[in-house]
Formats: sequence, structure tokens, C-alpha cells
Amino acid sequence: MTVARNSRKTPNARGRRLVILVPYVWLAVFFLVPFLIVLKISLSQTAIAQPPYTPVLDLAGGMAGLREFIDGLSLGNYVLLASDPIYLISYARSVSIAVLSTALLLLIGYPLAYGMARAPRSWQAILFMLVVLPFWTSFLIRIYAWVNILQRDGLFNQMLLALRIVDEPPAWLATDTAIYIGIVYSYLPFMALPIYATLEKLPESLLEAAADLGCPRWMAFWLVTLPLSLPGVIAGCLLCFIPIVGEFVIPDLLGGSEAMMIGQTLWVEFFSNRDWPAASAVAVVLLGLLVVPIVIYQHRQMRQLEGGRLEGDH
Amino acid sequence: MRKASWFNVVSVALGLAFLYLPIVILVIYSFNASRLVGIWGGWSTRWYAALVNDQGMLDSARISLSIAALSATAATVLGTLGAIALVRGGAFRTRMLFSGMIYAPLVMPEVITGLSLLLLFVALDVDRGFWTIAVAHTTLTMGFVAVVVQARLLDFDTGLEEAAMDLGCPPLRTFFTVTLPLIAPAIVSGWMLAFTLSLDDLVIASFTTGPGATTLPIRIYSEVRLGVKPEINAVCTIMIGLVAVAVVGASLLAKRRMASSE
Repeated sequence: MTVARNSRKTPNARGRRLVILVPYVWLAVFFLVPFLIVLKISLSQTAIAQPPYTPVLDLAGGMAGLREFIDGLSLGNYVLLASDPIYLISYARSVSIAVLSTALLLLIGYPLAYGMARAPRSWQAILFMLVVLPFWTSFLIRIYAWVNILQRDGLFNQMLLALRIVDEPPAWLATDTAIYIGIVYSYLPFMALPIYATLEKLPESLLEAAADLGCPRWMAFWLVTLPLSLPGVIAGCLLCFIPIVGEFVIPDLLGGSEAMMIGQTLWVEFFSNRDWPAASAVAVVLLGLLVVPIVIYQHRQMRQLEGGRLEGDH
Repeated sequence: MRKASWFNVVSVALGLAFLYLPIVILVIYSFNASRLVGIWGGWSTRWYAALVNDQGMLDSARISLSIAALSATAATVLGTLGAIALVRGGAFRTRMLFSGMIYAPLVMPEVITGLSLLLLFVALDVDRGFWTIAVAHTTLTMGFVAVVVQARLLDFDTGLEEAAMDLGCPPLRTFFTVTLPLIAPAIVSGWMLAFTLSLDDLVIASFTTGPGATTLPIRIYSEVRLGVKPEINAVCTIMIGLVAVAVVGASLLAKRRMASSE
């Protein structure tokens, strides 16, 4: 037996290394290296050439080529970012929209998750599927659905007029309200489902014990349910906040044209102004803003993984 | 016994209404005979008929479906390997970096991923189009597959694998005869998730596309920017219908399998 095991060891170890290596190399090439290129190009200057930036690293030039390349790098794009208020306003606007809409999502997503978790067991699978299902339909389509509803002669205004709430149809499209509606609408499953996952695991006996000891229901919620669901709340908030900061489609289709979120600024720099170095600098700073929440998110995912393994081993 | 309080019923009902009403309205409008959104001109399928003759839209649909099938398959293989590496790989150096690269694409703003991949393709001097989008989508979606498969790997009893190995089953065969069937449902849902995400993506495809590779979202987006068009309502309704059939079908299948295994 021992012999058999030992003889297996070598191919086993090799196989294991291969299992790790294949996705590892793929991600290194297509996820990690591209960031380094972005960083490099953010230090370059715009040029009317193909590709539209200088300096271009020419490996054939040897050491001299490398030195020339390094001399050509500059922090000019970052100086531009700091000096032109357009960028600062864009970043501030993105972060404030992300904070406010994450708060709104929590306000709407928590009761939804709570209601799902308290529903009869037989209903829960169906409710879960109903919340997941819209996520499977195209994000773009769901935003576009709101364009239908929110435009001047759209359904929402027709309803308001019919109910005599307003006399003149107000403009909803191209306003911040429309952006918030679009964000809350598209990200609601991302907020509700992690919260539901923690609430669903919450043992009911804890709440029964609290009730037996004379704890009122609202206080039991405050002292037992809420703290225990905190991991889900944090996961949901991170899953929403991080991508919302860099959101492009929602503000572009539903928002106005006078103020842009940073994702739009990057898009315009790249596609309209063809200023690749500036777009890269915008991306680097955006990543810098988000690196802390992303690391927290990754850390929590890892801990969940380790926790799961410990549970599996016992 | 759980009792459904009014508050819970109302919050779930409102939440679901909010999620579904816009989609329902879009579907209804796709059957509107009138070109104007505000006016109901009676039921009609004329926008669907118009689609059949819209060669550009059909080409885009074909491109999008091919990219989605290709990248979902690649992402499923890579993501499953990644999940196995994370759960069963034990401690290896730079494991933090590896897990970071798996999880980060899940939350990374798409504009950053799209821009960085484009700059890579430019640096490598490859022709952009079908293949670059497929590679970009594989990179984007493999993390999602990894998370789904990883959850399943953590869930099941490793005793089964150990038993097979103790009885002399070689590791590779153990994987294919024991592990793979057990995680198959997760792999299937991972593939479906990757397929949908690819079919759905506008931002990353816009960055990494090239001449001749206009995906469905890129085409829809360029039309939608100019305002609401009834043809687009029809396209969207078809896509929603396909997704609904696929998801409901898959979950019914899973349910039947579960019922038969019990």
C-alpha cells in the first residue's frame, strides 16, 4: 500500500502543479500583465501615431533603447488629472453616487432578503429563483427597459398624469434620479442575495430563546439578527459599491450629459478624444481608489473559503 | 411554524414587482403596433417580422452567440481548474496573488478590465475582433465559474474521493469518475453563468472589438443611444424569452434529478 502510494506521488504532484499552473498563467497574462501595461502607458504621452502614444518600448534597442524609454516616461498625465477639475469632480461624483446608491440598496435589499428568509421553506427556493432570474437577463436590456418607462411620454409620466399627481410631465431621463433608479434596479440581487444567504442560515432557536427571555421582537432583531447578518451586509455592500464607482452604461443611458461619472470620463478620453495615456491614468487612479475595498472583499472571500474547509474537515 | 408577517410579505412583493415590472412592460411594448412608445396602437408582431430581415442584427446575434459559447467553455475549464487549485491545491507560494486574480475580476469595474485588455492586445500587435473578445470574456467569466464550482467543492464529502484513492484508483481517474460527476451541476451552472455574462457584456467587448465583430450588445447600444426603437424591444423580448426558458428548464431538470436521487 505504502509502495503504491509512493509510486503515485510523482505524477500526482505534477498533475497538481498543472491544475494550478494553467489558470494561473492565463490570469497572469490576461489580467495582471495588462494592468502593468496600463500603468506604463499612463506614464506615456499622446502621439499621433499607431499606437497613439510615446515612448514605445523597443526591445531591439537593447540597454540604450531601455534607457531612452525610461527617459521618455513622465508624470504629466497625473499632473493633468490633479489640475483639471473635470477629473476631480468626476471621481467625487462617482464615489458619492456609489455611497448613496449602496445605502439605498441596503435599505431596499435588506427587507427583501429578510422577507425571503422568513418565508415558508417550500417558498424559499421559488423566491430565490425569482430574485436571481432578472440577473440572467441582459443588463443592457434592463437599463433600456427603464428608458422606455422614464422618457417624457413614457409610462411613468402617463401614470402620474392620470393620477393627477402632476399637471406637466416632468423630465426623468437625463437626471440623477434616473441614475439612482437604474443602479438600484440592476444591483438589487447583488445586495439581497448575500444578505439572504446569511439570514437563511440563522438558527431560529436563537430568536425563540430571545422571545422566551422576554426580549421584544424589534430588540431581538437589533441584538441578534442584525449582528449575525453583518457578513452578508458587508459582502453585499462591497459587491455593489466597487462596480458602481466605475459604472458606465447606467449613467450613459439614463443620466444627463452635463456631469459625468468617472467610467464615462474614461470612455470619452479613450473613444472620443483618443487620448490613451490620459485614459490609462484615469484607470490607474480609479483602481487606486478601489484597491482597499477590493482587497477587503478578496480577504473575506478567502476567509469564507478557509472557514468552509474547516467546517468540512471536522 | 413560520408565520408570514405583513411586513415580510409586502417587502418581498414590492421587491419582486420592482424587479419584474420594467421587464414585463418592455415585453408588452414589443407587441405595440405603434412606433411611438407613448401610444398603444394595438397588438402586433410587425417588429418581430422586421427583425427577420435585419441582416445586421442577425449577424450580430450569431457573433455574440459564438463568442459566448466559446468563451463560456474555455472559462468553465479554466475556472474549474482554478477552483480545484484553490480548494485542493493546499498551500503554495503566491496563493494570495492567485486567489486575488480569481476574485478581483468579479468586482473590477469593466472600464478598467476592458482598457487594460485592449492595451495588451495592442502591445502584442494582434488583430482585434472575434478572438480578442472571446479571450477577454474568458478572463472576465472564469472567476465566476471558479466561485460557483468552489462552493460545490467545499460542500461535498471528501471521504468519497479518499475511499476511491484508498481502493487504488489513480488520481486522474478518481477525478473523472468521482469528483467530476459530483461537481457537474456546479460546472453546468458555471457554464450558463459565463455564457450569459458574455452575451450581456457591452463595455469590455467595446474596448476589445475590431472591424467586423459587432456583438449584439454593441449593436443594441448604438441604436438605443439614439432613442427607443420598437425593433429593439422585440430583440430584447426574444433574449429574455430564451434566458427564461433556459433557466427554468435547467432548474426543473435539477429538481427532477434531485427527486430521482432521493
